[in-house]
Amino acid sequence: MTSLTLVRRIKARPSIVFDALTTPEGIAFWWGPDDGPVLVAETDPRVGGRFRVRFRRLDGSEHESSGEYLEFVKPERLSMSWRWKGGAEDPGESLVEITLRGVAEGTELTLTHSRLHDEDSSSRHAEGWSACLDKLERHILAATEQSLP
Amino acid sequence: MVNYQERLSRTFAALVDPTRRAILARLEREGGASVSALAEPFAIKLPAVMKHLDVLDDAGLIRRSKVGRTVTVELRPGPVREAMDWLRRYERFWSRSLDRLTAYAESKETEARKRKP
Repeated sequence: MTSLTLVRRIKARPSIVFDALTTPEGIAFWWGPDDGPVLVAETDPRVGGRFRVRFRRLDGSEHESSGEYLEFVKPERLSMSWRWKGGAEDPGESLVEITLRGVAEGTELTLTHSRLHDEDSSSRHAEGWSACLDKLERHILAATEQSLP
Repeated sequence: MVNYQERLSRTFAALVDPTRRAILARLEREGGASVSALAEPFAIKLPAVMKHLDVLDDAGLIRRSKVGRTVTVELRPGPVREAMDWLRRYERFWSRSLDRLTAYAESKETEARKRKP
């Protein structure tokens, strides 16, 4: 199963982090892979409510992701379905789960984006494949460097 | 021509099996190996190993070549790199997004504390 997990420590209380995650004002500030602008940010903050975010990358291309809030437990847990709009590279619906835990310095945020690719569901016990890919890629890079004159 | 998403599906499906990952890891270390040498460390029969090699071959992850009676298996890095690039896009998206989210939330925290000292 293809997924990725990121953990961050943030010097802000969980309720502030939760609002940053779910309000259009917050989303407009942070959403996207580079410093290009968020063009549209809409949220309906409740279970069953939808979000839609459109952004422009610095290369000029525009992208839109949208989905539905599946869990909305302020200030500790948020999960949502996720889909890229259209395009030949649409990999289908994925799942984003965010947990906020109060810690001394503020909040520990854990984000998991899973079901990134609907490979065969019979083979979901795929722990370790990512590490395997990493290793293989290092090898590939090394091989590429060696082949340079 | 198999499209990009189909190719990714095949790559990920091929990589989820531990035996197949072990085969790839070995090919990574050794560059190439004969089928019988590959089969040796596994407690499974040769036909089962051949089936795994078929899956890896279909996903474009290995190349098989026959010299005399020996079939040599080699790693093909292309699909793995493609799958990795694809996953990295998500990683980059969230990593950069969470950097800015952190800055935003921390500035809001500072504001909140100023209001209520």
